[in-house]
Amino acid sequence: MATAILRNPQDFITCPDTGQNLNKPAISLAKANIFTAIVFLLAGGALGLLVALTRWPAIHILPSELFYIALTGHGAAVLLFWCHFFEVGVAYYFVTSPINARLATPKIAWFSFWLMLIGAAMATVMVLIGQATVMFSAYPPLKAHPLFYVGVILFAVGALIPMFIIIATLIKAKNERTYTGSMPLASFGILIYAIIAIFTWVMGAVIMIPTLLWSMGLIHNMDAQMYRVVFWALAHSTQQMNIVVHITIWYTLAAVLFGARPLNEKVSRMAFVLYLFALQLGSVHHLLSDPGSSFAWRTFNTSYAGYLAVLGSLIHGLTVPGGIELAQRRRGLSHGLFEWLRKAPWANPVFSGFFLSLVLFGFLGGITGVTMSNQQINMIIHNTVYVPGHFHGTVATGTTLAFFAFSYWIVPLLTRHKLAFPGLARMSTYLFGLGMGTFAVFFMAAGHLGVPRRHWDITYADASLPFQFSATVQMLVTVAEIGAVIGGTGALFYLISILGTFMGKTVEKGALPPLAEPAGVVAARLHGGTEPHIKGLEVPGSLVLCLTLLTFLIIYYFAQYKYLATIWGIR
Amino acid sequence: MSYTSMDPIPHRHWWRLPVGPDEKIWIAVAYAWCLVMLVWMVGWFFVGNQNQAGEAFKVTLDGFSNKSDQMIDQYQLKDASGNLMAEGETDVPVVQVPAGGNVYIAAHQFEWPIIPVLELGKTYVFHISSLDVDHGFSLLPIVLNLQLIPGYDYVLRFTPNKTGVYRITCNEYCGLGHHLMAGKLYVIDTAHGVVLDGKGGVKGGEIGGAI
Ligand code: HEM
Ligand SMILES: [Cu+2]
Repeated sequence: MATAILRNPQDFITCPDTGQNLNKPAISLAKANIFTAIVFLLAGGALGLLVALTRWPAIHILPSELFYIALTGHGAAVLLFWCHFFEVGVAYYFVTSPINARLATPKIAWFSFWLMLIGAAMATVMVLIGQATVMFSAYPPLKAHPLFYVGVILFAVGALIPMFIIIATLIKAKNERTYTGSMPLASFGILIYAIIAIFTWVMGAVIMIPTLLWSMGLIHNMDAQMYRVVFWALAHSTQQMNIVVHITIWYTLAAVLFGARPLNEKVSRMAFVLYLFALQLGSVHHLLSDPGSSFAWRTFNTSYAGYLAVLGSLIHGLTVPGGIELAQRRRGLSHGLFEWLRKAPWANPVFSGFFLSLVLFGFLGGITGVTMSNQQINMIIHNTVYVPGHFHGTVATGTTLAFFAFSYWIVPLLTRHKLAFPGLARMSTYLFGLGMGTFAVFFMAAGHLGVPRRHWDITYADASLPFQFSATVQMLVTVAEIGAVIGGTGALFYLISILGTFMGKTVEKGALPPLAEPAGVVAARLHGGTEPHIKGLEVPGSLVLCLTLLTFLIIYYFAQYKYLATIWGIR
Repeated sequence: MSYTSMDPIPHRHWWRLPVGPDEKIWIAVAYAWCLVMLVWMVGWFFVGNQNQAGEAFKVTLDGFSNKSDQMIDQYQLKDASGNLMAEGETDVPVVQVPAGGNVYIAAHQFEWPIIPVLELGKTYVFHISSLDVDHGFSLLPIVLNLQLIPGYDYVLRFTPNKTGVYRITCNEYCGLGHHLMAGKLYVIDTAHGVVLDGKGGVKGGEIGGAI
């Protein structure tokens, strides 16, 4: 990559460790966005911990009103602000450095950063002072203070603008021929992300502006069902955005650590494109137990459209580990099915975070997500704690853990500071992955037994017709919350290490390890000049992993229908 | 080919490179599974007994509330001494609509308005809606969950298949008293002597106790 001629070299610094050309305005923006993301993770994580310590039956730390405030704050701070600040930050990197491009319109990028920050701060404050205890989903007729919606709108507009900057940067790079050949997979992923994001944030405006007017009393009837439909068109595609970025990060880290490239560029890129096709439609799986849509529409939406996205994810599920496997095998680690994996750098948090996120996203988030979006299954888990169980599998152990891993690489790259507290960093990925994984699994179990989500007191002590969940159920919830506390500790270690890195000293050289040599080059060297041609299966280990996942999925899927068949007749 | 996923692809013919056997196998298997799920889901609609698509109608809050009140007036049970049956601190009426009849659940902050009594194996037309904000109807211990949306009458035919005391919890956040919304439902089988015991339970019932 360093071979390309650099236009306007004064706008770049070349990283002495990795040889990457970093566009100065892009890295300042990336740092600002990532740093802000981390501050919101700190706030949101602390609130999450308080929520967990309240749902832990024996501790029950917060009174009810504060619990609902903390839960709203947790959802907004992590799901919206942590994820999207982080994504905008890394997107600026992905559309510049890999293709030696200069970021288009950095001034506007700063403007949008401030919009996002002001919006996010405003919404957070309104939540914390108890003026917007409506959960992040804010379903009307629950009403928050108008400034809460103003905050969300400012944030959404601020998050929309960077998407045009991203696309403009890619176009400009193409016109200025800053690179030869086709755009890297990493940048391509971000292009898809930007397109999805435009749709998403426009939907955000479509729904939040009338909601704001309604909260101010200027509009009188808000249709509660219409809100849910448009809201999930927005909120579902924010999840697609998270996924697209964390998959881009997976491919990138496979390149950074192993010099990997996709098994086949066409397949990996098509898998990204599938997300685009499935985009507007997949969102009805949030509404499967709602009144109002026909069987035919639900089926179209969850099958044709849903499965395109599922297929996209399943493809990445093979090609991401497959890329690592092939790269490792080319380096000679080709014994048996899994030597490539056993001999991976498990003590490096960049790798452990990445690989755990890949596995946990698939096994926890993926299997459950596919199953629960089958329409009849949906009614046996809808709005139980199964749902937060599922999405901590996707957005916490998937997206967030991938972001942890990526931070351990990109923050040293952008700041030229050595990673601080590497011991904590090393533990953080395991603690967060296993803790949040436990939380997810036990919440799913408790959800299957009917524990409601977003709920302060499952002992119903003050209810008019109280009842008790069994000791088993209380136990499941307790174990889940212990997992949440362990996961929270992992997040804390991450925060200490990354904030420490931000505050560290600039070093001339050695802030981070060099990039792995491209596996193709290594292989050619080992084999006297040319890459060897592999006969038969290239990546049998990854294929076995994928087939294992599919087997679990099939068993789990039919087990759900088996249970469903035992309940009341419903028509 | 000395490039990685972070580098531009130096050659332009990547679009024509053949797909390896691993990927071909996996894509075929994965998509086949997607189609199995599709066929199964559609098949369940025609063959299975549990389908929540149902019907839905736009209603006014007052209209729906009136229907619920009428139902209570007409079908609230009386005990042996002729008093109207109600339970809990807030005197929630116990209501038994004849088999095949309409059961209105007009949920509101922070209460389930009736305790329905149903006969085993009989079908009832449930109308589930809310008089204020979204609520979640979660029937325990079978964990059947439906979304309640004000202004929409969600119409579903329920056929209970086990007798006993069921619980209802709200599982959509509906305001600061969300956790107070616990409700109840009885399934009896008069023909086989499984009836209300008058003390909040069912004589000879199966489902009961802690969930
Ligand atoms: C730092 C560790 C974390 C802990 C201890 C934690 C804990 C929890 C708990 C206990 C709940 C309550 C579930 C309920 O009562 O319904 C919850 C909800 C939630 N969490 Fe987390 N979580 C963590 C990380 C994350 C991350 C990283 C994300 C997303 C990026 C996330 C997103 C959410 C969302 C969206 C909700 C739902 C809020 C709602 O229902 O409105 N959490 N979390
Ligand atoms: Cu409620």
